[in-house]
Amino acid sequence: MNIVVLLSMVPDLVEELEIAPSGVALDTQWLRYLLSESDDHALEQALLLKERHGGRVVAMALDRGEAEEALYTALARGADEAVKLTGIPEEGLGKRAAAAVFGAVLKESPPDLILAGVQAIDDMDGHTAGALAGLLGLPYVGVTRSVDAPGAGKVLVQKEYPGGLAAEIEVDLPAVVGVLSAPQPPRYVPVARIREARKTKTISEREAPSVAVPEGPVIRRLFKPEPAERAEMLDGTPEEMAKQIVTILESRGLVR
Amino acid sequence: MSTSGQDVWVYVEHLKGQVAGHTYELLGKGREIAGALGGRLVAVLAGSEVQPLAGTLGVADSVLYVEDAGLAEFTPEGHGAVLRALAEKDLPRLMLFGATSAGMDLAALVSATMGIPLVVNCKEIVIEGDRVVVTSQMCGGKLLGEVETVGKMVALTVLPGAFPSQKGLSDQAPAVQKLLSPVLLDRLRMRVTRLLEPEAGDVDITRAPVLVAIGRGIQRQDNLPLAEELAGLLGGAVCASRPVIDQGWLPLTRQVGKSGMVVKPKFYLALGISGASEHVEGMKESELTIAVNSDPRAPIFDVADYGVAADMFDLLPTLIEELRARTPSPS
Amino acid sequence: MCGGACPLAFAMEYTPRHSIYLLKEGLLDQVLKSNTLWLCVSCYNCTARCPSGLKITDVLFPALRDAAMSAGHTLPAEFKKALDNTYRYGNSFGEAPRKRMDWARVAGVPVPIISQLKRPVEALWLVECYPSYHPRNQLQAQAMARVLHSMGVDFAVLGPEERCVGDCERLSGEAGLFESLVEQNISLFDKYEFDEIVTADPHAYNSLTRIYPPQTGRQFPVRHYVEFLAARMDALRPLLKNRVEARVTYHDNCCLGRMSGLYESPRELLRAIPGISLVEMPFARENALCCGGGGGGMWLDTVIWQAAHERLSDRRVAHALSTGADIMAVSCPFEASRFEDALKSTGNEGKIVVKDIIELLDESAGTQGVKPA
Repeated sequence: MNIVVLLSMVPDLVEELEIAPSGVALDTQWLRYLLSESDDHALEQALLLKERHGGRVVAMALDRGEAEEALYTALARGADEAVKLTGIPEEGLGKRAAAAVFGAVLKESPPDLILAGVQAIDDMDGHTAGALAGLLGLPYVGVTRSVDAPGAGKVLVQKEYPGGLAAEIEVDLPAVVGVLSAPQPPRYVPVARIREARKTKTISEREAPSVAVPEGPVIRRLFKPEPAERAEMLDGTPEEMAKQIVTILESRGLVR
Repeated sequence: MSTSGQDVWVYVEHLKGQVAGHTYELLGKGREIAGALGGRLVAVLAGSEVQPLAGTLGVADSVLYVEDAGLAEFTPEGHGAVLRALAEKDLPRLMLFGATSAGMDLAALVSATMGIPLVVNCKEIVIEGDRVVVTSQMCGGKLLGEVETVGKMVALTVLPGAFPSQKGLSDQAPAVQKLLSPVLLDRLRMRVTRLLEPEAGDVDITRAPVLVAIGRGIQRQDNLPLAEELAGLLGGAVCASRPVIDQGWLPLTRQVGKSGMVVKPKFYLALGISGASEHVEGMKESELTIAVNSDPRAPIFDVADYGVAADMFDLLPTLIEELRARTPSPS
Repeated sequence: MCGGACPLAFAMEYTPRHSIYLLKEGLLDQVLKSNTLWLCVSCYNCTARCPSGLKITDVLFPALRDAAMSAGHTLPAEFKKALDNTYRYGNSFGEAPRKRMDWARVAGVPVPIISQLKRPVEALWLVECYPSYHPRNQLQAQAMARVLHSMGVDFAVLGPEERCVGDCERLSGEAGLFESLVEQNISLFDKYEFDEIVTADPHAYNSLTRIYPPQTGRQFPVRHYVEFLAARMDALRPLLKNRVEARVTYHDNCCLGRMSGLYESPRELLRAIPGISLVEMPFARENALCCGGGGGGMWLDTVIWQAAHERLSDRRVAHALSTGADIMAVSCPFEASRFEDALKSTGNEGKIVVKDIIELLDESAGTQGVKPA
């Protein structure tokens, strides 16, 4: 089975997020990027499928914020090929535009299965995996906790619902799957292997095709929620405080 | 089918014969938005033999009920194709989905195939003139964006809990328009083979919306049922800091902290937990944290939103009573 | 010999000695799948006693761990996270490098950053990760800053540029990660001029004195603060004005103790504090029982607990308590929180207080709790 895994880089929340003077984007001075968590799982899922059923795994990423590190790590973990799409604007692309770019590239030689994380922390104008499926007219299931390939031409996914419930869905290939988590956590790659990959392997590069995207939503103000320094301490008798707690929960929709 | 081009549609999520709770949140907000737009609120219900569910959707002006055996189980393809066909005909101004497993898939597919804008993870929606303006939550809640949409149709996914569900509840029965599927569903490229029930036994605390966390302050194993009752009333699960797990009172899968799980529930109630950094590391992303500890200087109060410096055994019984009084009795 | 010396051998599926036999028989796989690998806390007891001089702690266990990682075995989650964090952020906490100096803002004295000083200094103080980021250990870093300042020591820190020296990552089997940390640290040391490196972290001391030189061919003068301050007793003693009336028992940590033989300097420092009387706990000096935090132990706590159902730190605080001392003195950042935690878990909270020697010196010098102007 030929699998393409889409990797996207998202802001690393370790650093304090600062808003740029424009007020509509993040300040990039100290901003670092890391591989989106569910994309990490998508890669792991792809490698598991390859281990079990053979085939090839290609990791593909838009050239933005430390994508190269993610691609070399993917190679070190066992991906057969890594592709970097260049010419991405500095501010990045929205998810709808990213889907269009990936779609234009993948249309040329569609793989059997496209795996991507179902969501990312910087999603605003959509989710890349689902949008890509829609654009390519491929069947799509998202929020999966496992993907298996019991026979040729199809995959069997488990789609997660709240409360630990899941639906097992058989999907005809070619298809797009939006991975939430892989059946096992993304495997650790010893740093020595990553360094080796940097020295011995190459990432292929190609120019991201220009695509037409319908006018999308626009951020007109980016802001941070009000921080709290310390807990607001409740007061009164236990009965009074219990009532206060329930009122707080009600205001948050946590109790009816 | 009359359309004003200003209608608000709410996709009704249902599973195992029950409408999902947050659908009522969408209906409540949808009612308000439809009013602001001067349009109607339409609930879209798709499935097989689920018409009785329509009776709970009385806040809507009408229910579009699509009945087909091929819609019995939710599939993004089947339900997505139906929704798209209906929407392309009736052109609703706004389509509301939950930011949920089913909602996310549908919203992404429908917006891409219809070429309409989508904003995800909304926690506020307002109408400004002819624009739908939303607040979208990003970066795990650390960043909020005020987003303006243009165009005649917009799709949104809404965070569960963003709006109160009371406003979406009604005793009235709405007008129901029953339709056959506008698209053929005999050649879907996916099919649900079975539903997998959660394993009896343990709870995945990383997925629980509410966590009642117990620390050393619980003192004895036989105090656990108090925490368990509280968790049950709140629709959540019990978890613990390391010392409680070490005692063997709860399995390892319930441990929160550096050596355990990292959790990000909507509500974290910390009982008798001091707030050592190793524990805080596992729960600091919780949306709302209330901490109860008899020591007012416990470090947990540095990370909690609200604090109660009191003996938890004084507070818990009365809190449980308050919650019991509010839980609707099972019908 | 090693099997008997290892404090956690009782919980291992194969003791160190047994593991060596299995390896000689070519049964690597069996060893890799066992829990043995993950129970080593690098206390060096086996190494200290091996009659053949086998480098069990420094070579065997790290190599086994490396082999397990390369074979794709699933690692304990916390352990994996610590390694990922160190690779990405230069510290096992996963904290932002920019926050490395947060502790210094409330130290009460200036803490110069060498890149800003732009001149040679006497002592390049490697603060290391736990004292920089862990709330309990930040108190020790702050105490040290104040003591150095009162003594008029010309020191500076690396600040946000600082990266983990990597001793525990090395002992965890991540040779590649250690290599990259060594490269980063050497290039930092080459950038600046200083007479010597001083650190409060025995594990950093361990790697800097015994591993960096053979691996890089480079040698830097390095001292742990107990040696550094003991050598400056003439400047330090006059500052110790306040009496600290307490019976103190000192816990010899593994890296300074067994591996480096630094038993006297810490005791000298404690004796210099007026009011302190020293009492030795059982299993002192080269026989000291490890706190259980080394070699990845801080990140394998649950794994070790599940196998052993006790923590070495619990055993050790019992030794300290048996002396009737008021204070248990330590000189390794892992220990303050481990022993304080152990006192709570064993129901002995309040019976003895755990303090780093530097905190006691700070108290005696009267600089404790000085707030920034």
